[in-house]
Amino acid sequence: MRPFSYERAADMAGAIEAASVASDAHIRAPVQFLAGGTTLLDLMKIDVMRPERLVDINPLAPALSGISVREDGLRLGALTKMSAAADHPDVIRNYPVLAQSLKLAASAQLRNMASLSGNVLQRTRCLYFRDVAWEACNKRNPGSGCAALEGNTRKHAILGVSPHCIAAYPGDFAQALLVLDATVAIAGRDGERTIPFHQLHRLPGDTPQAETNLAPGEIITHFDIPSRPWTRRSLYLKVRDRESYEFAVASAAVALDMQGGHVRDARIALGGVATIPWRASGAEEALKGGTLDESSAKAAAQAAFEPARAQGDNHFKIELGQATLVRALLDAASLEIRS
Amino acid sequence: MALASPPRSTSSRGLGMDTFSPLKTTPAAHRTGGLDVTLSVNGRDHHLTLDPRVTLLDALREHLGLTGSKKGCDQGQCGACTVHVDGERHLACLTLAASAEGKSITTIEGLAPEEGSLHPMQQAFMDHDAFQCGYCTPGQIMSAVACIREGHARTDDDIREYMSGNLCRCAAYPNIVAAIKQARDQMEGARG
Repeated sequence: MRPFSYERAADMAGAIEAASVASDAHIRAPVQFLAGGTTLLDLMKIDVMRPERLVDINPLAPALSGISVREDGLRLGALTKMSAAADHPDVIRNYPVLAQSLKLAASAQLRNMASLSGNVLQRTRCLYFRDVAWEACNKRNPGSGCAALEGNTRKHAILGVSPHCIAAYPGDFAQALLVLDATVAIAGRDGERTIPFHQLHRLPGDTPQAETNLAPGEIITHFDIPSRPWTRRSLYLKVRDRESYEFAVASAAVALDMQGGHVRDARIALGGVATIPWRASGAEEALKGGTLDESSAKAAAQAAFEPARAQGDNHFKIELGQATLVRALLDAASLEIRS
Repeated sequence: MALASPPRSTSSRGLGMDTFSPLKTTPAAHRTGGLDVTLSVNGRDHHLTLDPRVTLLDALREHLGLTGSKKGCDQGQCGACTVHVDGERHLACLTLAASAEGKSITTIEGLAPEEGSLHPMQQAFMDHDAFQCGYCTPGQIMSAVACIREGHARTDDDIREYMSGNLCRCAAYPNIVAAIKQARDQMEGARG
């Protein structure tokens, strides 16, 4: 690891001030917040991230963590640990897609360490990004090219890709937040702001080094998840190379508002296959107002992957992603919801 | 990876750098040199001066001589470094020692109720031969104790799922599951 300085945030304003340093890429920002550290320290050890200064924001946990269940929804503090949310009885019962996406991620140890906000900001597992021996990586070295395009692409994205980056977004919880219309509350130099979750991550485009719309120094304070007719009929299905403790090859977060076999509203996000947490609007539109059965689920899955651009080793993800979504939709439709 | 290359220089004992009061720090007071860190490990406080890069795992092994916690991958992938931080299982290799100040840390050396005795989980691992080379064992045991306390060891499937962060390259998994079930019954019996 390269040398860095370490300090504990005394308060929110001080932490924001310390990290409000302009940078051309999030990955290269000289000041980084330390929360659970499970991504940051890993990437520092392999020399992908090289911060000069770490600001430990865990002292802010009393203000920034906790789960509050309200009439109109759920509030999750940003520094709440993944395990706390995954094991919370109200989250399990009323927001199953959230609890499942967390329980199926990482390991028990990592879930005890990692914060919810750190989890949604975790960085890609692209092997070319993670290995600095590869010079070409537009995320690490803006403008240097993309080694993955000429390499092994089995684990790379097929949705939201650009000629500059095909790195897959690796998380699970973000897809759950996306289908439940979560909002993200952010504190920064200019005060507080709230954005819809889908505005947090940025498509790689020609600036894959800018992964989110967070400005330097901004801190996520909490997530709000509204209670809606589809929140309880929701689930997360994760398909991976081994049964546990593995990233998704394909996953689907699904939330449905059903009346009998009739779909009033459908909300779908895909993981493992896209460069950002991916909302499958085409599939949602295909399902709305119709009945949900195997053939309509298949049609929706086809619509979801219609914009897919596979390359090299990842053509199989189109079929796998579709099959994952079909199963998720049929499983969600058959859930028994007790009042 | 980590097994093939020695850990990079993270040892910085005796650098004699400025003193550091992390709990009262302001942004202007950050230091790249030695940090004065007090770690509470197995019920004892240890005052150390550490490079900010020192992980909790390296502090335990290199500075406190507690080599029970193992360095397997040093990347948060194998679980060999699992310790308890305020009673929860954490990975010591992905924890900065400085950030562990003020927390109560328990390692495999501090698990047994008293000197010369064994925790029921340690005894169960021996009874069931739940290891071959033994390198992953301290991490397995620390993880397993926490797994039971969390209530995540009700069924064999639960044990497999919630112990998946501890890899055993000798593949002693069936015996590990058996050991955890034995210790679970004893630990829960003891709790009444």
